[in-house]
Amino acid sequence: MSSFFRLLFRNHLAAIGAVVIAAILLLVLITPLLPLHDPDVTATADRFKRPFSDGHLLGTDHLGRDLLSRLLYGTRLSLAVGVVAALIAASIGSAIGIIAGYFGGHVDNIIMRGVDMLMAFPYILLALAIVAALGPGLLNALIAVAAVNIPFFARNIRGITVGLASREFIDAARLAGMGHTRIILTELLPNVLPVIIIAMSTTVGWMILETAGLSFLGLGSQPPQADLGSMLGEARSAMISHPTTSIVPGIMIFLIVMSINLLGDGVRDALDPRLRSGALSRPRATTLVDRQGDISAPTDDLLAIQDLHTQFHVGRRIYRAVGGVSLAVKPGECLGVIGESGSGKSVTALSAMGLVASPPGVITGGAVRFKGEDLIGAPYETLRQKRGDRVAYIFQDPLSTLHPLYRIGQQLAEAIQSHHQISRAEAHSRAIQLLQDVRIPNAESRVGNYPHEMSGGMRQRVGIAMALANEPDVIIADEPTTALDVTVQAQILSLLDDLRRDRGLAIIFITHDFGVVAQLCDRIAVMYAGRIVEEGPTRAVLDAPAHPYTGRLIACVPELGGGRRALAAIPGLPPAVDDLPVGCAFAPRCDKAQDKCRTGEVALQGAASHAVRCHFPEEAV
Amino acid sequence: MGSYILKRLISAIPVLFGITIIVFLIMSLIPGDPATAILGSYATPENVEKLNRDLGLDKPMAQRYLIWLGNMLTGDFGRSFSLNRPVLDEIIERFNATLILAGTSFVLCSILGILAGVISAARQYGLADKAITFVVLFGISVPSFFLGMMMILAFAVNLRWLPVSGMYAIYGGGDLPDLINHLIMPALALAAVATGVIARLSRSAMLEVLRQDYIRTARAKGVPERRVIMGHALRVAMVSIIPVLGIQAGFVLSGAVYIEIVFQWPGVGRMLVDAILKRDLLLVQGGVVFVAACYVLFNIAVDVAQSLLDPRIKT
Repeated sequence: MSSFFRLLFRNHLAAIGAVVIAAILLLVLITPLLPLHDPDVTATADRFKRPFSDGHLLGTDHLGRDLLSRLLYGTRLSLAVGVVAALIAASIGSAIGIIAGYFGGHVDNIIMRGVDMLMAFPYILLALAIVAALGPGLLNALIAVAAVNIPFFARNIRGITVGLASREFIDAARLAGMGHTRIILTELLPNVLPVIIIAMSTTVGWMILETAGLSFLGLGSQPPQADLGSMLGEARSAMISHPTTSIVPGIMIFLIVMSINLLGDGVRDALDPRLRSGALSRPRATTLVDRQGDISAPTDDLLAIQDLHTQFHVGRRIYRAVGGVSLAVKPGECLGVIGESGSGKSVTALSAMGLVASPPGVITGGAVRFKGEDLIGAPYETLRQKRGDRVAYIFQDPLSTLHPLYRIGQQLAEAIQSHHQISRAEAHSRAIQLLQDVRIPNAESRVGNYPHEMSGGMRQRVGIAMALANEPDVIIADEPTTALDVTVQAQILSLLDDLRRDRGLAIIFITHDFGVVAQLCDRIAVMYAGRIVEEGPTRAVLDAPAHPYTGRLIACVPELGGGRRALAAIPGLPPAVDDLPVGCAFAPRCDKAQDKCRTGEVALQGAASHAVRCHFPEEAV
Repeated sequence: MGSYILKRLISAIPVLFGITIIVFLIMSLIPGDPATAILGSYATPENVEKLNRDLGLDKPMAQRYLIWLGNMLTGDFGRSFSLNRPVLDEIIERFNATLILAGTSFVLCSILGILAGVISAARQYGLADKAITFVVLFGISVPSFFLGMMMILAFAVNLRWLPVSGMYAIYGGGDLPDLINHLIMPALALAAVATGVIARLSRSAMLEVLRQDYIRTARAKGVPERRVIMGHALRVAMVSIIPVLGIQAGFVLSGAVYIEIVFQWPGVGRMLVDAILKRDLLLVQGGVVFVAACYVLFNIAVDVAQSLLDPRIKT
């Protein structure tokens, strides 16, 4: 609860709203005690006195009545009517909602049909019909406004009740022999009450506004009694000659509604856990770069990631997802990057083209060179022209990575048209060609499908086709086969292998599957806790893993027909990247670790072809 | 598609009946004798009895409802005693004016609201976002009738840019430019609240969509950022924006009451308020049923638009 209020008041706007509405409420409560003129005593000789004239702080209205006094009494009335209307609507609406939700079946059906009918009306129109039948007057306006808000409460509270009614504690109460009334009052009501109060806090502003509106139309409070709406309505005829009498009540309504809105928003935001984590921030078009330190010189590699550092800044915490990773590929080469979930392999891949979601992602160091040109911190347009054209991505889980509302043909065509000026028809036939390239049967008809109309394997092929659209130099594939069954996986791997041989494509293949790596990759890099712990030719690493972690990782893989080898799970968990240990990150889980491993940096050592980050490697490299 | 529209139209029939039943029930709430209520306390007993017979009030309620419904279905909404003309003629004439006002407002609030929401989301926490958030807060908090009055003071009285009120100039008006001139202020005042609501919703819908994986895919393809926002993201956000447009259309349509009063616009809203004050209940009854029915049909159009936009909806 205290964290709720802390959140609420950290939101400055909500705090302002709370202060304003509190001040108005206080003023209204002490109004009868203030030395004010009688709000209803007319003095035609004193008509339309200017504000700050003696005795009348805000001046007088068209009948010479003191405006300040009328304003405060009017505010009192408006607030009272709005709050009472909200209470009536909330109690009747919630009662209907609870009954519908609790009993369900026919009762629910009939009640909710009725509620739907009421909601089919434009809101104010229904209030007008009720006032028309009952006749103008403040009480009738109050009834009308309360009545038209009943469906809103009924529907919301029913939804909550339906969820609660099937829970164990209600069943338990029934088995204990409690009657319906008692269950509703003692078990259900306490649980829905907070929801009712929140719904009230967000609607009371509306109700104040609506009753003021009806009074403004002359259908609410009748003279001489005046709420804010009828004050404004009466002042309207003199608006041009004496605007003060209109402006004063108008601003008061505005202040009340605004402060209640601000407070209501603040309450809702403070209760919504998604906003609490700041998850609702939008990723920018490119990852934020805040690079410190020098960068390495260009190499002759096609794509070179050099000493890359990528972090996530969440509140005061810093997660070092990538802590100095260097990788490189040459044309026609396939590099496998392997590691557990959370080892930083995906973030490394996304950093290359500035696709790490930011906020919270920040690239804090290193370089990514495509044909020698550094892309970190490059202008958006430079990066965009490379994306998908020279360096393309294949993502995991194509159901969420393909656009749900565009046909796949459009999505393929767009990949080309973002970089090349070609006609629509040309793009279309090229899209079909691409689908054929990835061996999708009936490409001509498939091109008109939406992603949800395809199977997982087909969607993954579409993802690959999209990556191939512009015949890129490099493809970065981020676990493209993880979600697929084995036969489809094998087909897709051989497809990628063919493309590499035919087109001289360089592939960075990210996975946690050694089987896949062995099949496709020339070299592999093993990542742990945001760093590369071992890198070398595939065969060398698989046959003679040098780093204890690599060894343990390979030992986890069951071998088909490999006999009764014990499968050794690695004890412990990978370290949290916001709290990395000093020295070797694997030391806490490693049975060869010694004091030396827990102090100071461990460098990547060995030959350029096979290197390991370990003081006590399993094999000499 | 055609069958979907037909299905939605058929499903609207019970709702339309429900509307007539609700209006009928509300009208039977009238305390005391309706004929006396209509004619006032000076009516002679003969007059009361005649009106009771004319209105069919001497018959049982269910029968009265069926007669009323049957008459409406044949286009007979009764006769307005205060205007001494058929209710339907008056409604249709007035509804035309309301439609011009509310329709313009609806288009304005949809375009401005969505645009503001999209810009706000694309520049989250930036200057534009803050400015828009502030204006939106103002828009949803200011009563439309007060805003209308202040606009008249500022732009008609002080600056003399626009006419004070009415739909056409009394002398020499009547053409389209004249109508537009008269329409600008009331349409903006009426659109203010809905614009704010739509802008807020569009902003949060866009923020939600922009975090999705397929947006990253679009960026990875090298799709220009403008197209990512206005195409990929907005297209999906529209799926949750459109139902809200339907709800806001209802607010705009009925909120026109206030604006028609403030700007002396000869629409249905002003007609209803006059009719209520004159206790011309047949006119109120007919007007409410007519506008509510139009709104139901509009919502079907919204559903159809939704199904065109989202192929995942089974049609």
